[in-house]
Amino acid sequence: MILIGERINGMFKEVKQAIADKNKGVIQELARRQTEAGANYLDVNVGTAASDQEGAMQWLVETIQQSCSTTLCLDSQKPNVIEAGLKVADPNNGIMLNSTPVNKKTDEEVFDKYLEMAQNAGPKSCLIALTMDKNGIPQDVDTRVALAAEIVQKVMEKGFDTPRIFIDPILLPVNVPNAQAQAGNILSALDQINYLSDPPPHITLGLSNISQGASERSLINRIFLAMAISHGLDSAIVDVFDHELMNVVATSEMLMNKQIYSDSFIKAYFSAR
Amino acid sequence: MPIPEITESFAGKVNRLTLGATIEQGGTRTSTVTVGGAENVVYGGSTEDSGHKPVIAMDVLDSRPDDWPDVLAENYKDVMESPADWGKKCVDEFGAELICVKFDGIHPDKGNKDAEHAVKVTQDVLQAVGVPLILWGCDDDEKDNEVMPKVSEAAKGENVLLGTVTEDNYKSLTAIALADKHNLITEAPVDINISKQVNILVSDMGFPLERVISFQATGALGYGMEYSYSIQERQRLAALSGDKMMAMPVICDVGYETWRVKEARQQDAAGWGSAEKRGPIWEAVGAICLLQSGADIIRMRHPKAVEIVKNFIDNVWQ
Repeated sequence: MILIGERINGMFKEVKQAIADKNKGVIQELARRQTEAGANYLDVNVGTAASDQEGAMQWLVETIQQSCSTTLCLDSQKPNVIEAGLKVADPNNGIMLNSTPVNKKTDEEVFDKYLEMAQNAGPKSCLIALTMDKNGIPQDVDTRVALAAEIVQKVMEKGFDTPRIFIDPILLPVNVPNAQAQAGNILSALDQINYLSDPPPHITLGLSNISQGASERSLINRIFLAMAISHGLDSAIVDVFDHELMNVVATSEMLMNKQIYSDSFIKAYFSAR
Repeated sequence: MPIPEITESFAGKVNRLTLGATIEQGGTRTSTVTVGGAENVVYGGSTEDSGHKPVIAMDVLDSRPDDWPDVLAENYKDVMESPADWGKKCVDEFGAELICVKFDGIHPDKGNKDAEHAVKVTQDVLQAVGVPLILWGCDDDEKDNEVMPKVSEAAKGENVLLGTVTEDNYKSLTAIALADKHNLITEAPVDINISKQVNILVSDMGFPLERVISFQATGALGYGMEYSYSIQERQRLAALSGDKMMAMPVICDVGYETWRVKEARQQDAAGWGSAEKRGPIWEAVGAICLLQSGADIIRMRHPKAVEIVKNFIDNVWQ
């Protein structure tokens, strides 16, 4: 399971404050602890509060790189913020760009921009692409899969290997009116996305989104993650500090025969990462 | 129609491990052996992907075996009383790249010899041959825990391969292998889950996984062969997928297993062909079969079988 640690995000109060105060210690501690907890990538999102988003992104990237070499996942809906982060990112660590829709009303070319940035960011770079276009987030299975297919086709045409693309079918909060069917739809979409190419693209989800504003958040996150892994999810943006959630990852992967069982399977899962 | 390219590439690989230490490295070996390093399934990729050539370790017993069939025993009749001469013969005449000293004679039911005897055998064989050694206990936990630490100490500096540790008995030998800087065989009874668990247990003791060889137990007939094959194949696939707890090279014991199979050892059997050919061919076929599942070291006994398998390895791993 490819885990992207979600905690370096300006939406969290302590991160927002650290960006404002230029407090490196807070950010570096989050980077180190997430890496230790099993994150393969560290999401880096400046949030909405910073006035100079490009500057904040560069400061975060440089600050994190001073303390660890975990691959960063530059997270912004604005190509110029990603571009700013790429300028200071160490290419030896690899990079992930997060994320682009297929197209936007305001920017028809947005996908091509992100893909081009990913292609120019070295052979280990990868890109998260959302199953979303100018019509918004699809509510049904078929449109999600059709958009995923369009993404796969686009990247293949540009010679970008499909395992370097992470398709995000977009998880909606379960408590949003009329959205409760979406969790099930996502699972059906996962089944089909895995057959879009050989080798297939990765599939990722912003897991915590499903429980946004709901009660029993951790429980919802854990159960849905187990369900999604059983439908072929192989990556997720998660809170790696949720110890029980991490145990769910190890156990689900073992039950899906992706890890050989041993009595110490949880320990083995994390020590082998 | 062009042949489709079906070569797969993998994220992980089998660990590389070197046995033996030359004088410059603090030992007295005249050669070392490196195994492992495969980055693909056997025959699955390029020559570079296939890692180091598998090697054959020829068995030398610490005490004269009394149950070997004539067709096997006659090759060693002049040396069976002397493990040193026996080892020398395996290296000089039969081209052994490794010698596996098997301490059957210390087993409580097979002579119950003491640590002094085992240490003497170790020292004699070390002096007689220049190839690296495998030092393999008698598989009686209590006796192995008493004797093998002294054997390990006697071979200190030689970077030998010590065996074996199991889920129920790993602490003594792991600690001594760690102290004497040797390599270790982790054994499981044809059970991949236990195999992984033993690796985790020795790793928890601080033993580097890069110095471990897996022994899944070997079968040389029917289901036994099939089980060993499929477990070793699964281990290779786990290693290639990046499972560090399963990324160790693999050892098989084809010699012992073959020569306890009735069909291989029976002297007179109408319709089975001559025992002189049947036994060695059985051993060779068993070894070649398991090589294809991803074996790195094969313990063998009959020189004719060794010749056939060496020839096979040289032809395939070029």
